[in-house]
Amino acid sequence: MSEWESVIGLEIHAQLATKSKIFSGASTAFGAEPNTQACAVDLGLPGVLPVLNREAVSMAIRFGVAIEAEIDHYSVFARKNYFYPDLPKGYQISQYELPIVGRGHVFISPAEGEHKEIGITRAHLEEDAGKSIHDQFPDMSGIDLNRAGTPLLEIVSEPDMRSAKEAVAYARKIHSLVRYLEICDGNMQEGSFRCDANVSIRRRGDDKLGTRTELKNINSFRFLERAINFEIERQIDLLEDGDSVVQETRLYDAERDETRSMRSKEEANDYRYFPDPDLLPVAIRETDIEDIRASLPELPEQKKQRYIEDLGLSDYNAELLTANRETALYFETALAVVPKQCGLLANWILGDLTGALNKAGIEIGASPVTPEMLAQLVVRIADNTISGKIAKEVFEAMWQGEGDVDGIIEARGLKQITDSGAIEALIDEVIANNPDQVEQFRAGKEKVLGFFVGQVMKQSQGKANPGQVNAMLREKLKT
Amino acid sequence: MTLKTEDVRNIAHLARLHIDEDVLEQYVADLSSILDLVDQMNQVDSSGVAPLSNPLDATQRLRDDNVTESDQRDKFQQIAPDVEAGLYRVPKVIE
Amino acid sequence: MAATVSEISRGLEAGEFSSVEITQEYLERIDKHNPTLNCFISVTGEIALEQAKTADTVRAEGNADRLTGIPLAHKDLFCTDGVRTSCASRILDNFIAPYDATVIEKFRAAGAVMLGKTNMDEFAMGSSNENSYYGHVANPWNISRVPGGSSGGSAAAVAAGLAPGATGTDTGGSIRQPAALCGVTGIKPTYGRVSRYGMIAYGSSLDQGGPFARSAEDCALLLQTMAGFDQRDSTSSEEAVPDFSATLGESIEGLRIGLPKEYFAEGLDGKIAGVIETAIDELRRLGAEICDISLPNTGLSIPTYYVIAMAECSSNLSRFDGVRFGYRCDNPVDLEDLYKRSRGEGFGAEVKRRIMIGTYALSAGYYDAYYLKAQQLRRLIKQDFQQAFSEVDLILGPTTPETAFSIGAKTDDPVSMYLQDIYTISLNLAGLPGMSLPVGFSDGLPVGMQLIGNYFDEARLLNTAFAYQQVSDWHLRVPEAFK
Repeated sequence: MSEWESVIGLEIHAQLATKSKIFSGASTAFGAEPNTQACAVDLGLPGVLPVLNREAVSMAIRFGVAIEAEIDHYSVFARKNYFYPDLPKGYQISQYELPIVGRGHVFISPAEGEHKEIGITRAHLEEDAGKSIHDQFPDMSGIDLNRAGTPLLEIVSEPDMRSAKEAVAYARKIHSLVRYLEICDGNMQEGSFRCDANVSIRRRGDDKLGTRTELKNINSFRFLERAINFEIERQIDLLEDGDSVVQETRLYDAERDETRSMRSKEEANDYRYFPDPDLLPVAIRETDIEDIRASLPELPEQKKQRYIEDLGLSDYNAELLTANRETALYFETALAVVPKQCGLLANWILGDLTGALNKAGIEIGASPVTPEMLAQLVVRIADNTISGKIAKEVFEAMWQGEGDVDGIIEARGLKQITDSGAIEALIDEVIANNPDQVEQFRAGKEKVLGFFVGQVMKQSQGKANPGQVNAMLREKLKT
Repeated sequence: MTLKTEDVRNIAHLARLHIDEDVLEQYVADLSSILDLVDQMNQVDSSGVAPLSNPLDATQRLRDDNVTESDQRDKFQQIAPDVEAGLYRVPKVIE
Repeated sequence: MAATVSEISRGLEAGEFSSVEITQEYLERIDKHNPTLNCFISVTGEIALEQAKTADTVRAEGNADRLTGIPLAHKDLFCTDGVRTSCASRILDNFIAPYDATVIEKFRAAGAVMLGKTNMDEFAMGSSNENSYYGHVANPWNISRVPGGSSGGSAAAVAAGLAPGATGTDTGGSIRQPAALCGVTGIKPTYGRVSRYGMIAYGSSLDQGGPFARSAEDCALLLQTMAGFDQRDSTSSEEAVPDFSATLGESIEGLRIGLPKEYFAEGLDGKIAGVIETAIDELRRLGAEICDISLPNTGLSIPTYYVIAMAECSSNLSRFDGVRFGYRCDNPVDLEDLYKRSRGEGFGAEVKRRIMIGTYALSAGYYDAYYLKAQQLRRLIKQDFQQAFSEVDLILGPTTPETAFSIGAKTDDPVSMYLQDIYTISLNLAGLPGMSLPVGFSDGLPVGMQLIGNYFDEARLLNTAFAYQQVSDWHLRVPEAFK
């Protein structure tokens, strides 16, 4: 074990899935022509004023309720003042004191059997900035303010994570949660879900936190893990060489897989926060919170507990099946067809289906094998029409679009042989062809039974019912 | 409250204001005398008084989530100092 | 020429003249006198005549309202679609607003005619109208004197008969003080009564738009159009707007009026005090009950106001950065140079002073000592008024400690200029309505009396001023040179 311990906290910016911006009636749709979705308010024209979007507030509360956070009855918007071309007003409307969501927490499982609670310090509403485009003109940057004013929920964690793996598990957890809650589309490529990581290291056993750096520009979970690991190594090297870590913002460069200092943010910032006089405190009534609580869907944690307690799934399988909303939906749709086969179904989803999806690089929602098709496959395994092994072949055929389960079984002649006369004929043939092994078995070498089963299955092209073959072989070999 | 020249330079930088060197001292004097006026606030003990940021102590009204604005880029960019390909242009930003 | 809005409205109604004719007449007066007074930054003659023509058509069709065809001037910080809106600043010298402020939209809808945009202190920061990129405004009563500020152009235009009515804004006295110094009537409504949308912000929690006119009757008419809830302004009030004209003429018998002792203390010019005393006697004769009250934290209002206004303005004015609109310096070498020189060259000295003080007051380590402290004192100041209004219906005092001072007299000493606002700024901190009306002269210069009302009690202010103006004619006096 290394003598160094890393301490990681994440700041996640989730763009809220509202139709219009947080303080204006301009559209939030992604990908429009530059500055065509920047209205007078978004541009910060002289004289314009912000008016708060109800849905953004409601989405933030939804998140707060889901992480069991404290939600104050008053929430205040503040101006964060700094000059930057993608920040039209020279200040960002954000929250400082009295954020909408106070202290809460989530649970993560970074690996099978591991559990950890991660504290969430706060989550506040703010407006997104525009975008600077640096490669369009030789000596100039271009500013597109379409994104300016898109509502963001900034979710700030406690520095509770101790490895890049934990940080990724936490980020995935939040990602899954905001999608369960339908408050963010979670698209990391389009920047709807962005992670900044605060990373520091200290000697194991130290209480004091080391100097931290903030990593930005991370647009996938894979890069999050790599950026943090790179940064931990960089900081360890510095300290072991007798240097010190400089508190700064660093940009992750995915192409070079390294972090580098952001020169433009070098200057120590004095944001001069103060309550925005154009906006008034937001009053949140207990009844509003209760209404939102009542309208929440079943959350991943609750779902997981239900899978464990009511369905008897293992903790690990329950965690994986609930890790995202789409997987859980797939599972539950299929389960409705085969309510008694949840273990078998879970194994198929987490095994062959997940493997095939990963290989093809597609999301579960786009799987060519629908939940209904997979459920039918499980039905046929359970009623002994096909063996587990044959089922893999049927699955593969379904994936390739050859039709439904029964059609494939029929067309390929894969129906399991359960007729004892037919199986007996196969067994007799195998016993007759392998006298040496028969001798060994009779001499007490039980292991040879496996050989016989394999031979019989091979003869039947995998279609013989393995349970039946086993029992009948045993009977025959004894005599 | 007397400010130093360096303080005024720092404030001007924070506010992104270019101040000519030859009038800097005038700003130092003016700002210091304004701060003297402001320091009169300390004559009253206000500890425990809740700050008042809006004179009516009202709360925020919320807007329904509807798209009400349409594209007015051409009109808005007519008054911009430097625009090309629909983008506002500034000297290269280094990140 | 002393026509009031009400007189013009009646004349148009009676068909004595058309809107085009009266508009033409005002444009000619502006043409003649503006070179002397410098009230207007932009005169919008073509627009005015076009609007007047439309107004005459509307009237001919029988659809005229009380303001249809009435020519008005607007302070140059109300955004006017397609017309330069400069805030008297170099930084907005080239700014053609791409939209209308709510107030402008409402006047447009009411059929009023826009004569032009009036001069002001740059970004409404000043009490003398000397801080303008377009030069100072002269007081029509004595052109070597200031008209007051920041809405000096609007006040002087009404006083000189270059417009029968005009809009202004009041952050610390910017309607009431120039109204007093120019001898016209002006009202600053309750904070939230008039939408701030499209009104270029100085101190967002203090700014409030309102009208200037010759009389309380006219102010009632103009405020009626300006007031009302606006969903585009989160701070605008949903309080119902009463018919201000309907209650004019009600008796003020038994009206309890309080005189704050702090407003009649040291610092008030003796002659002004005398003129105000005479006006108080007049109100007493009309049946008002006069008593003494105290607003103990009055002295704190100036430092408190300046901290809050400057902090808010330092942030409000950050959007003027030379990127999306307005002035951009020549050949910026980099982004920082673009910001610093565009702003440094674009803003005048007073604006820069206020931005810097505000920046300092909000910066790390000073927030509690300045901004937070000011907000606490702001509550104490509001509580003074709440206490007073538990005893009286109205508060009365002078609008200004002195009459119009000479141009240049206070320009070298920002602090002495700030002290001009001593009687006006506490209302902005509390968000209360107040008005100034002319009640006499001192050495040939107008004296203004201030009436302060409880929240949303503009009707009572207007009615009290109206009652006084029924028995006096100070408000109808016109400077000799502009008759």
